[in-house]
Amino acid sequence: MARKDCVIKSVPVYLSGLSLLALFIIAVSHVSVGWPILSVLMLIIVWGWWFKNISEATAPFSDTNNGSGFSDQPYPYFPATAADVIMAMDEPVLLVNDGQVEVANRAAENLLGMHIEGGDVRMAIRHPAAIRLLTEPLDNMSPVLLAGLGGLNRRWELYAYALNEEQRLILLRDQSTAHLTEQVRIDFVANTSHELRTPLATLSGFIETLEDDDVIKDRDTRHHFLGIMAREAKRMQNLVDDLMSLSRIEAGKFSLPNEIVVLSPLVAEIVSNIQASGQAKPSQITLKNQLSSDNIQGDRTEVTQLLYNIIGNALKYGRKDGQIMVNLENTDDHRIKLSIKDEGDGIPFHHIPRLTERFYRVDNSRSRALGGTGLGLAIVKQIVEHHRGELVIDSIAGKGTTVTVFLPTTDFFPD
Amino acid sequence: MKKASEIGHTVKAFDEDLGGLRALICEMGGMTEIALTSTLEALIHSNKELAAKIVENDKEIDALEMEAERVAMRIISLRAPLADDLRDVIAAMKISGILERMADYAKNIAKRVPILQNMVSIHPVPVLPVMGEMVSEMVRNVLDAYAARDPKKAFHVAEYDMEVDGLYNNLFRILLTYMMEDSGRISTCIHLMFIAKNLERIGDHATNIAEMVYFAATGKQMPERTRGKDLLASEDN
Ligand SMILES: Nc1ncnc2c1ncn2[C@@H]1O[C@H](COP(=O)(O)OP(=O)(O)OP(=O)(O)O)[C@@H](O)[C@H]1O
Ligand SMILES: [Mg+2]
Repeated sequence: MARKDCVIKSVPVYLSGLSLLALFIIAVSHVSVGWPILSVLMLIIVWGWWFKNISEATAPFSDTNNGSGFSDQPYPYFPATAADVIMAMDEPVLLVNDGQVEVANRAAENLLGMHIEGGDVRMAIRHPAAIRLLTEPLDNMSPVLLAGLGGLNRRWELYAYALNEEQRLILLRDQSTAHLTEQVRIDFVANTSHELRTPLATLSGFIETLEDDDVIKDRDTRHHFLGIMAREAKRMQNLVDDLMSLSRIEAGKFSLPNEIVVLSPLVAEIVSNIQASGQAKPSQITLKNQLSSDNIQGDRTEVTQLLYNIIGNALKYGRKDGQIMVNLENTDDHRIKLSIKDEGDGIPFHHIPRLTERFYRVDNSRSRALGGTGLGLAIVKQIVEHHRGELVIDSIAGKGTTVTVFLPTTDFFPD
Repeated sequence: MKKASEIGHTVKAFDEDLGGLRALICEMGGMTEIALTSTLEALIHSNKELAAKIVENDKEIDALEMEAERVAMRIISLRAPLADDLRDVIAAMKISGILERMADYAKNIAKRVPILQNMVSIHPVPVLPVMGEMVSEMVRNVLDAYAARDPKKAFHVAEYDMEVDGLYNNLFRILLTYMMEDSGRISTCIHLMFIAKNLERIGDHATNIAEMVYFAATGKQMPERTRGKDLLASEDN
């Protein structure tokens, strides 16, 4: 990193110390200004005092300390250590002099690009509100929120401080986590309302239609409508059930389930139930059980739900009449590896990490047509985590998908 | 970039002008970027006020374009830049023109927000926000590439274009099925289609800028891309 010979110049130490102290006090009284600012200010104040002492002690030498063109100034200077302070910060910090980036620390270069030092500050940060903070008088200290710097979902707050007439200190504070949490919450509420509203709209539409006497007389139409209404009501029921189980599992996730569940008979039972219900062709699902150690510490209802969801997906999104392989084996580290493999279209690579998000669907219309709520894998993930297990989704486009769940056996937990 | 034949002082003054021009383009880019992301937000959350603000702010972008053109002309007439520098100035001028058009597309989308507000929800069309996100990322990355003179980044932006086209076709198909299912949705879908078309055009323009950045940085045309070649060819004369 090419570091320039930089000085914070021509500020009388007393003045800068005082104004920084004032800034510090203003900052403390503004709740919106967070601790990083305070820490920078503290650093600079401490360093200012320290330097004042040094420069007083070495007053006769202070002019020769930096051989630059400032020797006609009557005040002592901050030497290159200004840059050192900035360089030592973990957060992205810039020192801007008259609209040009004079110093950028490593974090700033990583975030904004290696080209920024020495260039116009607008080449580093081009958000209009930020440009105002960087170039116009600072009458208040409210930070600017920058979206998308360093990644689509990253959020940064930009704080600017005037050190003197020309120089400004720019600090960027990472707000991505807070933003993400808030986003997840908003999305969840929005999605849930939307998912509930769609069947509701259908239902009320048909109720209105059924109030029409002519329609009531026509028996076939009435049946047809009632069929649709029943289906929509069922969809709402499913959604509410899924939401309830999600929150139930989430609430209980801190304590390990305390039943002993024998896995292979349960899996066999569910597979034969699915086949008996006509959802799958008689020999469509193959179960291969290689377990020697079969007991897990688990919750029977949850494991059942997990299996229905994963096998259900394999049936829904697999090739029509394609084979589904359910495999059970032990691993060396006292866990059971349960894998469900289908021969469907697979899942495009970039969707895989997001599948366990609530309401995330690869193909919305298809999942909806198949009666999905988009909560299945979110529930699976919660269940797996409750059991201290691990979920892996592998998919090859055009070939099929394998969902693997690792669950610890009873041997895994020392009693 | 500096010519050995030029004397120190002149070169410095010239670089400052050129740097100023590049910074101006970045500033304009920042405004275009905000116009685009705010438009998408206004669209997704049916925010009429935000949409109106975007339409209003477009004037500032137009003003910046004129400013960029003025600075560029001044540089050309006062400094008579040669070779690389001239190419830089011309590229900046062209890019400012393209940015102005991109902002116009964003404005067109914003203008549809109040119209769509009284219509069927666009929630069933999640492809549109995804497309918007992708196009915004293209714009952001191409501006980063411009500021950093980074040909590799520019090349990646151009690669996105195919994906955006794919999404556009996908969306087109989805909207067609929506219209066939329910004729009451036709006018909503037509609006959405125009919006998608506008987004797709913004993506195309981002690719055009990417090609210029690549060319300016390497002196070579971006490999394996036929579209936009004419733009670069005219730059050579
Ligand atoms: N085996 C699979 N093959 C292909 N795609 C899959 C597979 N399993 C899941 N998916 C994709 O992942 C998405 C999310 O699955 P998830 O089980 O969470 O929801 P859903 O099946 O749509 O609805 P639900 O399970 O709540 O009824 C699905 O919409 C589908 O696009
Ligand atoms: Mg499912």
